[in-house]
Amino acid sequence: MFSEFIDRRAPGRYYISALNMDSSYLDIYAPLLLMFILAAGLAGVLVAASTLVGRHKHTREKDQPYECGITPTGDARAPFSVHFYLVALIFILFDIEAIFLYPWALVYHELKVFGFVEMMLYIMILLVGYIFLWKKGALDWS
Amino acid sequence: MIPLPAEQLLNLHRVAPEVVLCVFGIVIMVVDPFVQAAGRRALGWLAFIGALTALASVHLAAHFPGRAYSDLVNVDRFSIFVHVVVIGAASLAILGSLDYLEGEGLQRGEYYALVLFATAGMGILAGANELVTAFIGLEMSSISSYVLAGFRRRALPSNEASVKYFLLGSFATAFFLYGIAMVYGATGTTLISGIQTFLVSLPPSQHLPALAILGLGLIFVGLGFKVVVAPFQAYAPDVYEGAPTPVTALLASAPKVATFALMLRVFYVSFGSAQHLWFWVIWISAVLTMFIGNLGALMQTNVKRMLGYSSIAHAGYILVAFAASTDLGIAAALFYLSAYVLMKVGAFLVVTHLGQQGERRLAVADYAGLGMKQPVLAACFSLFLFSLLGLPVTGGFLGKFFAFQSALDAKIVWLVVIAGINSVIGAYYYLRVIIAMYFWEPSQDYTPTPVAPALSAALLVAAAGTLYLGLLPTRVLVLAKAAADSLSLLSLR
Repeated sequence: MFSEFIDRRAPGRYYISALNMDSSYLDIYAPLLLMFILAAGLAGVLVAASTLVGRHKHTREKDQPYECGITPTGDARAPFSVHFYLVALIFILFDIEAIFLYPWALVYHELKVFGFVEMMLYIMILLVGYIFLWKKGALDWS
Repeated sequence: MIPLPAEQLLNLHRVAPEVVLCVFGIVIMVVDPFVQAAGRRALGWLAFIGALTALASVHLAAHFPGRAYSDLVNVDRFSIFVHVVVIGAASLAILGSLDYLEGEGLQRGEYYALVLFATAGMGILAGANELVTAFIGLEMSSISSYVLAGFRRRALPSNEASVKYFLLGSFATAFFLYGIAMVYGATGTTLISGIQTFLVSLPPSQHLPALAILGLGLIFVGLGFKVVVAPFQAYAPDVYEGAPTPVTALLASAPKVATFALMLRVFYVSFGSAQHLWFWVIWISAVLTMFIGNLGALMQTNVKRMLGYSSIAHAGYILVAFAASTDLGIAAALFYLSAYVLMKVGAFLVVTHLGQQGERRLAVADYAGLGMKQPVLAACFSLFLFSLLGLPVTGGFLGKFFAFQSALDAKIVWLVVIAGINSVIGAYYYLRVIIAMYFWEPSQDYTPTPVAPALSAALLVAAAGTLYLGLLPTRVLVLAKAAADSLSLLSLR
């Protein structure tokens, strides 16, 4: 469907540039915009209606922060281990590695051995990072 | 359309310096956990060898000029020149770090690996022919720098430097990225040479697209932050003061060179036809940068912070050559940058040694009587300060001379007058340190420590280079001119 936006002057380069867009291009997004307006409007109407019409009776139980039905035990802003950040960071790193594997898998047959070697190098570099993390004790929870 | 694998492989030698730097960095990272604390110093030497190998591989890349990886990377004499300066600065910084880290108890492989990764990023910046590639280079060098700035984990100023640099740096990067998006929206390409082609092919009656001008402005904000020009300089003194001194030596030199290189490419090549639009921006920024840097340095009693302000002022002098908008101006800027790197790294490495453990001795008063106690070190420091000040026989003098001359040739007289006034202001704070070293009574509590061999070697190279550029500038100047000519410039002015 994007074929009309491919730059013919430089084959191989897929520029979907603003230059090639005419105003009708944006028209196809009109239903989407309508949906956003409807969704926001509906949510707004519901909230407004319940504040205007509903009865407001505050009790101690009602004003407590909702915590999955369990009685709150303390402030949510308690300091917690910096280790969680580290794990989150490591997760993102290896998650992105996985993302890069998808396009590679798609064109695997065209790239042949070259693509295989290239990807193995890439995974090797990440493996080095993994060894580094392991030896430095980033995965150690004790 | 996937390019032939063979073609891709053949390009590897064109990015040889970056590949070498990254491989050495990765090897250091993976070896580090397996090495005993006593053997970590060897990793530093490994990093130094890596930097030298990268320097040698620049020679390999220089034999194969041209574009690589579907025009993303450009190997021309310009990129070669910048590569040599940047990698040279990094190797000097590594030499200067060895004993500093030992003294601070920070000897770790990560440090050297980060320096190498940062240098690889700067190499990409120098050779980028495409803005998103340049962005990756910028991020590689920046993210490594954020960590390096905070490498003294237990010291509060170092933490402050790291956080400040990280927050403001990310903000500036966002500006740069936004600018790329705007330029892409206006011209339909992110290739630096492609933008040039697009803008030149516009009919004369048609104005430059507003989106492109906006994009250029945003790119200036992003890059201006990294080269530390006014009004984006506010973070620099704190970062330069807080970062470990060898890191400051690196941060104040190499990234500036690489980012200036990218700025030259974007402004002269891509937006060369819009020179009338950016000229006054550069002019005003140059004046502000020089005054803020020099007047700020006047107030300092801390030598490290003073040198930080002075590096802001020097970015202003480089902008003077930048504003000239001629190929001679580019050559002058490149020459200035190479002289600047040598004297700045040298000066900061002297501060590294004299700071002693914990970076305690940084005040001007601490330098009192150094001329009597350590005459060679004092002479070295004086040479760097004279060069920063711009006295003859030093590279700094000729750098300034060529920069101002190219601006005068382009009839930008007032900017040169202002730059001249600033050089005079600069004399005060540089000479104050020299006077302290030679004419003040030495402090009693100071016992000089001998300069370690690695640091002496780095200082020697920096001092010899400063003198070489001051006495025999022809060779480097010819190379700088050839580098400027290799940019596909439009007829300027």
